[in-house]
Amino acid sequence: MPTHDVLVIGAGLAGQRAALAAAEAGASVGILSKVHPVRSHSNAAQGGINAALGEEDTWESHAFDTVKGSDYLGDQDAIEIMCKAAPQEILDLEHLGVTFHRNEQGRLGTRAFGGASAARTYYVADITGQAILHVLYEQLMKHDEIYRYEEWFNTAIVQDDGGQVAGVVARNMRDGTMELFGAKAVILACGGNGQIYNPTTNALICTGDGIALAYRAGAPLMDMEMVQYHPTTLQGNGLLITEGARGEGAHLYNAQGERFMEKYAPNKLELASRDVVSRAEQTEINEGRGFPDGTVALDITVVPRKRIHEALREIVNVGRDFAGVDITKEPIHIKPGNHYVMGGVKTNVDGQTEIPGLYAAGEVACVSVHGGNRLGANSLLDTLIFGGRSGRHAAQRAKTMAQPTASREHLEHEEQSVREIVGRDRTGRRVSEIKAELGSTMDKYAAVFRDEEGLNQALEIVRRLKEEAKTVAIDDKGSVFNQDLFGALELGYMLDNAECVVVGALERKESRGAQFRTDYPERNDDEWLKHINLTYSEDGPQISYSDVTITQWQPEARTY
Amino acid sequence: MPAYTLKLRRYDPESGQSAYWQEFNVELAPERSVLDGILQARNDQDGSIGIRCSCQAAICGSCGVRINGKSRLACNTKIGEAAERAEKMGRDAIVVEPMGNMPVIKDLIVDMDAVHWKKVQRVVPWLLPEGDPPEREYIVPAESMIDITQSMACIHCGVCVSACLSMEVDPEFVGPAALAKAYRFVGDPRDAHEEERLRDLAEDEHGIYDCTHCFACVEVCPKDVAPMNQIMRLRRRATGDYGIKDDNNGYGHEKAFVDLIERYGTLHESQLLPRSYGQGSLVRSQLDPHSVKQLITAFPTVVNGLKSGKVAPKAALWHNKLPDQSQVRRIYNEVHSHGERIELNMYIVGESGGEEEGAMAEGSQEA
Repeated sequence: MPTHDVLVIGAGLAGQRAALAAAEAGASVGILSKVHPVRSHSNAAQGGINAALGEEDTWESHAFDTVKGSDYLGDQDAIEIMCKAAPQEILDLEHLGVTFHRNEQGRLGTRAFGGASAARTYYVADITGQAILHVLYEQLMKHDEIYRYEEWFNTAIVQDDGGQVAGVVARNMRDGTMELFGAKAVILACGGNGQIYNPTTNALICTGDGIALAYRAGAPLMDMEMVQYHPTTLQGNGLLITEGARGEGAHLYNAQGERFMEKYAPNKLELASRDVVSRAEQTEINEGRGFPDGTVALDITVVPRKRIHEALREIVNVGRDFAGVDITKEPIHIKPGNHYVMGGVKTNVDGQTEIPGLYAAGEVACVSVHGGNRLGANSLLDTLIFGGRSGRHAAQRAKTMAQPTASREHLEHEEQSVREIVGRDRTGRRVSEIKAELGSTMDKYAAVFRDEEGLNQALEIVRRLKEEAKTVAIDDKGSVFNQDLFGALELGYMLDNAECVVVGALERKESRGAQFRTDYPERNDDEWLKHINLTYSEDGPQISYSDVTITQWQPEARTY
Repeated sequence: MPAYTLKLRRYDPESGQSAYWQEFNVELAPERSVLDGILQARNDQDGSIGIRCSCQAAICGSCGVRINGKSRLACNTKIGEAAERAEKMGRDAIVVEPMGNMPVIKDLIVDMDAVHWKKVQRVVPWLLPEGDPPEREYIVPAESMIDITQSMACIHCGVCVSACLSMEVDPEFVGPAALAKAYRFVGDPRDAHEEERLRDLAEDEHGIYDCTHCFACVEVCPKDVAPMNQIMRLRRRATGDYGIKDDNNGYGHEKAFVDLIERYGTLHESQLLPRSYGQGSLVRSQLDPHSVKQLITAFPTVVNGLKSGKVAPKAALWHNKLPDQSQVRRIYNEVHSHGERIELNMYIVGESGGEEEGAMAEGSQEA
């Protein structure tokens, strides 16, 4: 049985950062990921990473912008920790080799981003996530003591009789062998659940595995209804056009040629926060001022051509390859699209969940620093700061305890359920059919605008799909890269995620951040300035509440 | 909706049978990708089709394959264009196979660890600065960061490795992706081991001089990393900045080309070999003692050249200069007068001058 002090599930930015921090704190570390680490979805983060590192800027300003952006649902203690730690984190990354953009003096340079009162976004062209991910992977290659399990699929979290985490069960995707891993701590760092929506900016691997695994193990999920729609995604395939484009000065127009953000956010215009811009676009589209394909236009031609090629190079390629548009010459049609889940596994500021030894960090987790709406370029920061904190805390904790007992029964149970899926008669619907119905349901009823009637319909459909998933048919009977099987397992994870999103959205009877209820259009601090927690039960998620931590910023009206 | 036929190379290692071809008919808009087509076949017809994929946006680097014989990412190859190309080749189906130069695990999935990642590990792929880091950031020129970001843009898809002709001949060749990665450190002013890295890669007989300039990697790279250009920059730095002479004589060979053309205006082929191994010519006995062995090994080549008539004894000794030498001299003077290296960098785009010209080349000051 492979055994480590700390086992990290997921190898994107949060996972790699956690693994490196745990190793530096003296723990033996395993990092397990269903894709090769550099294939992680952190790659897709284009725009940059926020830090108040400039001499004019302060961490308090960064923190206040984040609190306001969150629509006061973010926990202010966690936000303070993140914003205070941000400048040193940027410097540490720079020292490791990240090729951050430099200004003419050769020092780190910044760009502007939405919802921020200063230009505090540090970046590498528009491949910031990729650049940081690859530099962290360079460090993983350097650290012999971090054992990498690349292309292993996690099927269950294992606890001992006392409820302490004792390891995981995972399947080697290359040969189909299943293994019980022993660990004193398990850090979930396996990203978000965008694939429950269609379309989404998220990669096919973002199926909410970690959120579902923690939920099934009994850890509460928090604020799952808070699903971010990104204002600029391509119609049809949901591909992302970085917020960096608006940061560099691009404008939004409706089909009548009006720069409509003047109506919705007269001060910040296109650089209002994402929920505000997404609602503005969707309102224009719903009220008939969009283009016939259900989009509005993003005009990047106002940005100097040299600057586009230097700072938005990837977007030039995306426009050319995926929309057939030369963005240096003509506007590109965009619409709001599913992008990020602010909610996730409820953790404290050290990444601990309510299950002893189980940690979560990054998009899978809800600390919560993003509350009702995440500011652009705060997600990379979240992954690194709380990935690092989880890794360090888990390593320190591991020093104080003996290895818990991971029973082989868990392995046998998982092997049996996999055998059941693979050996099943081909009677049910196909994985892809159920997934497609789930995606369009969520996009229809649990998107930018929501109401009770739609959410009830969504819940009914999701619960029917959960039943249908129990007999889902798969064609592949083999053990080598049985991606059909993984698709079936991911479908189960996705349905748990979707059910929690819908239940949370139904429960929150107000409009705050990404949750806009047309039947409750106002924010209601008296009743709903609180987190919604969901805990697994046979009959569906059980609802409870917890307080929002407020330190120095009292809720006030949110205008941009 | 237009219909397309995909002809996939299937291989199931558990079946005990060799690889075979299987055709799938799919329907989708021509601007959708070949990956969309493969996923449609997998979703609707056969869930056992194996292909790695994730982002569908040419960022994650998972879906490298060969389409109609060309190494590509399946997600940024439009299916309509792939079908047109197949038709031009006289085929009625789009042929999709796993990448080359790597062992196949299943269907379109290859073993990247055994080749690509092993080679990346070979170039010591992490920054090696000297001493403690500064309190704040390292201060470095903006251009050098933009410059190495071209190498950083590599998504490790392996498409260049798949297309590399040198690696087909010499599987030990470090290869385009790993060497582009090496440039990322050599070109980084924060790294303190430039000379050691260059010496290591120049002196390795499977290193930077194993590249044969075939341009295959430049042509197929989906991210414009242009690995061959990075290899050429490694060579220029190794020879120009450090005078590193490699065992298989890439340095001497390159220098001989430049010197001979400067002198004759055309390549004096029979002088190439002796000059490659010597400082001047054999006649003036300026032979580099280290290269005696190689020169002896090359002897059969000389004999073959004479036998086949490729080299005539008279022409070997007497080579006519190009009539107008002044033009040749003008080019050499022009290059020397710059005093700084002209680098090909697609990241820096000029505002002034022609619309497209700026995208190709701009002088960049070496740090």
